Amino acid sequence: MSASAPLPDSASSIPYAVEMRGIVKRFPGVLANDHVDFDLRPGEVHALLGENGAGKSTLMNILSGLYRPDAGLIRVNGRPVHFNSPRDAIAAGLGMVHQHFMLVPTQTVTENIILGLSEPRFFLPLDQLDQRVLALQEQYGLRVDPKARIWQLSVGEQQRVEILKMLYRGANVLIMDEPTAVLTPQEVEELFHTLRAMVARGHSVIFISHKLDEVLKISNRITVLRQGRVAASGIPAHEATKAQLAQLMVGREVVFTVRKKPVQPGEVVLSVEDVCAENDRGLPALRHFSIQVRAGEIVGIAGVAGNGQSELAQVITGLRRCSCGRVVIAGEDIANRPPRAAIERHVAHIPEDRHGVGSSPGLSLAENLIMKSHRRPPISNGWVLNLPMIRRQAAQLKDEYNIIAPSVEVQARLLSGGNLQKAILAREISAGPRLIIAVQPTRGLDVGAIETVQNLLLKEREHGAAILLISEELEELLTLSDRIVGMYEGRHMGELNAEEATLAAIGLMMAGTPQGKPATR
Amino acid sequence: MTGQEMSANPVGGQGWQFPFSISIEPRLTVPKWLPALISVGSLGVAFVIGGIVLAVAGGNPLAIYAHLIRAAFGDIGVFNDTLVKASPLMLVGLACALAFRMKLWNIGAEGQFFLGAWGASAVVLAPILPRDTPAILMIPTMMLAGVACGALWGLIPGFLKAKFNVNEIITTLMMNYIAVSWVLFWVFGEWSESGFQMSPMFPRNAWLPRLTDYAAQIPQFAGLTLHAGILFGLIVSVVVWFITSRSRWGYEIRLIGDNKEAARYAGVDIARNTMLLMMVSGGIAGLAGMAEIAGVVHRLQGAISNNYGFTGIIIAWLAKLNPFAVILVSVLFGGLIQAGREIQPSGVPRMLQGIILFCVIAGDVLLRYRIQITRR
Repeated sequence: MSASAPLPDSASSIPYAVEMRGIVKRFPGVLANDHVDFDLRPGEVHALLGENGAGKSTLMNILSGLYRPDAGLIRVNGRPVHFNSPRDAIAAGLGMVHQHFMLVPTQTVTENIILGLSEPRFFLPLDQLDQRVLALQEQYGLRVDPKARIWQLSVGEQQRVEILKMLYRGANVLIMDEPTAVLTPQEVEELFHTLRAMVARGHSVIFISHKLDEVLKISNRITVLRQGRVAASGIPAHEATKAQLAQLMVGREVVFTVRKKPVQPGEVVLSVEDVCAENDRGLPALRHFSIQVRAGEIVGIAGVAGNGQSELAQVITGLRRCSCGRVVIAGEDIANRPPRAAIERHVAHIPEDRHGVGSSPGLSLAENLIMKSHRRPPISNGWVLNLPMIRRQAAQLKDEYNIIAPSVEVQARLLSGGNLQKAILAREISAGPRLIIAVQPTRGLDVGAIETVQNLLLKEREHGAAILLISEELEELLTLSDRIVGMYEGRHMGELNAEEATLAAIGLMMAGTPQGKPATR
Repeated sequence: MTGQEMSANPVGGQGWQFPFSISIEPRLTVPKWLPALISVGSLGVAFVIGGIVLAVAGGNPLAIYAHLIRAAFGDIGVFNDTLVKASPLMLVGLACALAFRMKLWNIGAEGQFFLGAWGASAVVLAPILPRDTPAILMIPTMMLAGVACGALWGLIPGFLKAKFNVNEIITTLMMNYIAVSWVLFWVFGEWSESGFQMSPMFPRNAWLPRLTDYAAQIPQFAGLTLHAGILFGLIVSVVVWFITSRSRWGYEIRLIGDNKEAARYAGVDIARNTMLLMMVSGGIAGLAGMAEIAGVVHRLQGAISNNYGFTGIIIAWLAKLNPFAVILVSVLFGGLIQAGREIQPSGVPRMLQGIILFCVIAGDVLLRYRIQITRR
């Protein structure tokens, strides 16, 4: 550990596992952390709550050695530490699981876990290492095939690999950055189970989130950040309420309702008929799946991640080939046509992976806002771009959709998750879509942004757009959808009207038991 | 040392601590002036390292550099020669810079250069046009043939990449060797001038106009061999700039280069753009071959390229893919090729090129990371 001696003032009682005092971090134009104090007791789950951009990730990036604070002091088990790299932080027993996983897609689980370690030095006894990984999995109840390659794993499984990676390195304190943002309800339960198992073994967990229910459920204490400052420090979870936390986070009262107006559905816009498709691993992902969406209605798809929802969205938008069936949009079959066919038929797509698919990180915000519209007037005449128009339109969308960015010239990779999602929505919705394919549109967003996104979708519904909503947030499906279709192993598990749908019935469909009306073709 | 034993403070000893700490952080924003500064700085470092090597080899680096500068830029005569060398470099550098925008690694500019030279020669030697065709028709036809052959040579790897995802680095590299052999085949055979390994001299109407051709009107131009090929470089640099930063196609190129998945999502046809871009890139390199044949060599032979095709890759990187910077860097490298002969026919100048490329690539780290030195 650190060479310095412990300071006398922390020697009085049991030292904190982690203690951060007066942390300041400035980025160009932003004060991300303004004298933030944070402490973590051994064997507790301490939640760090705040909106997007409140400074949670910055604070934890400092604790994990990725950034250096401009001012402030960090102690681990009572000893002051200076981290120059994540390696130092890991050596001090702090392991961070990032929101965006840091894994090599073409390597196996075990290879990723041992990557960067000094042991083994030369030969890779992979079978032996696989056994070590399996043993670790047993201890904490984290199941994932050690021989599987990362690209073949679901997001939930990849997260388990990240946690295993930290445990394998002997991390005592686990920092989880928005861990549930990418998980299904079942996976969240499993994660919580794991976290409890870890705490029981003496580990401590910092749990970064903006999901109030989860924070109240899993944590012992809660610290709330707002605009880089501490709004509430270490309040016990059993004394806190949802409304109180929401108010601390946003600085105003939040209403937890979204108003859905009655709309009479129109003609059928999207008709998916008997579609089959394979996933990236070459296994069947869609098995004769059919669904219809009419103008002015939202059809929700409920399913556990990896049951064909992503593939369905990709087949409709032309990003994935289907091996049978038809995708009819406004009366025309566009199955297996290039993605442009769907774009030209005014199909908007809010993709699941907003960093990898929905945006281009190295291009500017303005350039990201013209993806798809760059071929048409007024953005271009087909050959030459109209730069003043691009800038003007970007500035307008930035205002209208409240995208927080220093300017429209800023690179998209510098936008926070919520602002990037607002930019994608601005681009897709401003094109005046007839059909919207929205995949996990509010995943990882804070309360305020979720409200914005949901209201935008409802407004488009009132304007007569047909919307296919794929979401793992069951509350969201229930609030927004007119009809809910269950999906299990690529099959249609029946359809429920929003009024008659219950969490129990949806859960049964997601587990593979058909409910309600069967699919119509 | 296992992870557990590793100190959280790598330089901290017993009692004594290094008074400064150095940390490397990812850079969030890149100021506009930084790429230029880093390029210039990398060059400076390269010349310092080169100087050390020269000193070890027994030379006086300062005297050698001063001599190099005189030999490349010292008077109008040598500067003329430098610009003659820079002309093909500009075009080849632009060909690479354009392809690299899409992260399409065209290493085949050398081969495309040779094919362009061959195509232009075929117009005279096959012959496609009669020997006495007026220059006004002859030159444009040669340009067209050079561009077409270069484009074809680029299209082959482009097609393989687009349709079968064949790695273009390998194919373009290999096709360089085929191109050189192809030219040698014609030079040694069909087009050989009475058994010598070169073609007959082209007629004057197949020569690009040179400054010295106008010596009768402007006496100062006498002996200056700078030819119209440099204008091709200047014009193409403006065209490449317009394509990359003002056109819809350039936007699609940058989108594919930055995030292929996002480009596909936005409905951009990646296969079509790959083939098209390889054609345009190959065509520009082919034009360089034509200009060199019609402007300098005036016949087809085996030795027509001073490794121009490969130097173009270095130039594109050093210019950070900026088409106007390519012009400046080409003049610098033209000078290096020109003056380098004064020291040694091959060794030292090529070594300097290598060191420059090394420093430029290493300097890129500073664009992505910020190094902070703070007092403890």
